[in-house]
Amino acid sequence: MISIFQNYGGALLYGLGQTLLCSIIALIFALIIGSGFAILEVVPNKFLRIIAKIYIEVFRNIPLLVITMFFYVVIPMYIVEISGFVSGTIGLILYSSAFIAETVRSGIQSVDPGQMEGARANGLSFWQGMRYIVLPQAFRYVIPPLGNQFINLVKNSSVLAFVAGFDLMYQGNVIASDSLQSMSTYLCVGVLYLILTLPLSYYMRYLEKKLA
Amino acid sequence: MKKIISRIGLLLTLLLMVVSLSACSSSASQKNVLKDDKQTKTITWGVKADTKLFGLMDVRDNQIKGFEIDLAKAMTKQILGKDGKARFIQVTSQTRMPLLRNGNIDAIMATMTITPERAKQVDFSRSYFDAGQAILVKNGSPIKNVKDLNHNGAVVLGVVGSNSVQNIKKFAPKAKVLQLSDYSQALTALKSGQGDALTTDNGILYGMSIENPGYSVVGGTFTKEPYGIAVDKGQGQMRDAMNSALTKVENNGQYNKLLYKWFHKVKGFDFRGAER
Repeated sequence: MISIFQNYGGALLYGLGQTLLCSIIALIFALIIGSGFAILEVVPNKFLRIIAKIYIEVFRNIPLLVITMFFYVVIPMYIVEISGFVSGTIGLILYSSAFIAETVRSGIQSVDPGQMEGARANGLSFWQGMRYIVLPQAFRYVIPPLGNQFINLVKNSSVLAFVAGFDLMYQGNVIASDSLQSMSTYLCVGVLYLILTLPLSYYMRYLEKKLA
Repeated sequence: MKKIISRIGLLLTLLLMVVSLSACSSSASQKNVLKDDKQTKTITWGVKADTKLFGLMDVRDNQIKGFEIDLAKAMTKQILGKDGKARFIQVTSQTRMPLLRNGNIDAIMATMTITPERAKQVDFSRSYFDAGQAILVKNGSPIKNVKDLNHNGAVVLGVVGSNSVQNIKKFAPKAKVLQLSDYSQALTALKSGQGDALTTDNGILYGMSIENPGYSVVGGTFTKEPYGIAVDKGQGQMRDAMNSALTKVENNGQYNKLLYKWFHKVKGFDFRGAER
């Protein structure tokens, strides 16, 4: 294991960096898009609700790898050239945002409807009531399941390996076949993933405790 | 305080698991593969299933078909006698070494080039096919040979675990190399414009150009890639059996027949020169 770090440390660290970069980008966008669709799922307008439902059901029920391969293979053929890293990150955003939307929606719906009614009765618009009354409470409820989604997102970023996105898993595959020491290589890769996910997991615990 | 101790305890347990796992990586089986195979009348071969001409899964009847498959069957008959059975397990460049060392397969015949680094990990038979590395490009591409790839911005596609990706770094050091998981995926990436050229051994590339007339092999070969059959270290008897079976198959004309069967239609491939 130590020899792997000595010989291929640079490649592994580069992979760790790419995985981290992809995860952060995907996390930010997936959270924004996911929350957006979660709100659309509960708005009074039926048309918007249907659009949100279609988006969520489509991306939640297609394997991540299929979405990613679509962006890696089909989009460059007909529309615009995108690299493996970009297509993997887009796939990850779409896939994760569908799950985050469902999670946040459950949070919004677990806030007592009386809260929204009270907000409306006090002269707030639907969006104001959402922004100031419902969402702050909803996010507090969904921190534990959201933490799960974030951890899943970091782990799912290994999909980049299939489209040559130079992430940790890709480097792991390359190193394993170069050094012919699969066991130690994948152990190293596993440890590096733990370095990414364990702090995230502890931070979500901390947030949960602080806000609960 | 208690919490910190329990947390450290958790980390230590994890670390211990990792260390104990890495310790068991050196558990090579010390059995005699040849003897076992003679008892069960079966040789388990690790073969490619994504490589046209050598070993390709036929989706209609779920059989892997190709030159290597036929050669493996012929050699199995030579080693075990008429009622010997060849069992095929699908491998990739990445999985073949671990599978062999774990004992899941007895021998690898999967377009595997004999290299000194690999020879430290496994034992190779004599070469059964002499390939050479080449490049596949879209028809009408400005790239005519491997030298045209040696500039910044050129992207070469290869397959993880094949030594062609190591070689291309020597012949075109400025090109960026993308390593995909198998040949069909690499070809798909080439078609969708993710790279300028696909590099691997000529035999495999010819197979791709038969299926895809819009793509052709250019520039000839720039390395020598002798394919060998790999057996686990310490299975010297198995390797000797392989070598003598290969000699017999070559001498009785079966080898040339198989070569003709699979390669006579391939344009640009000198199968007469490859006859033995």
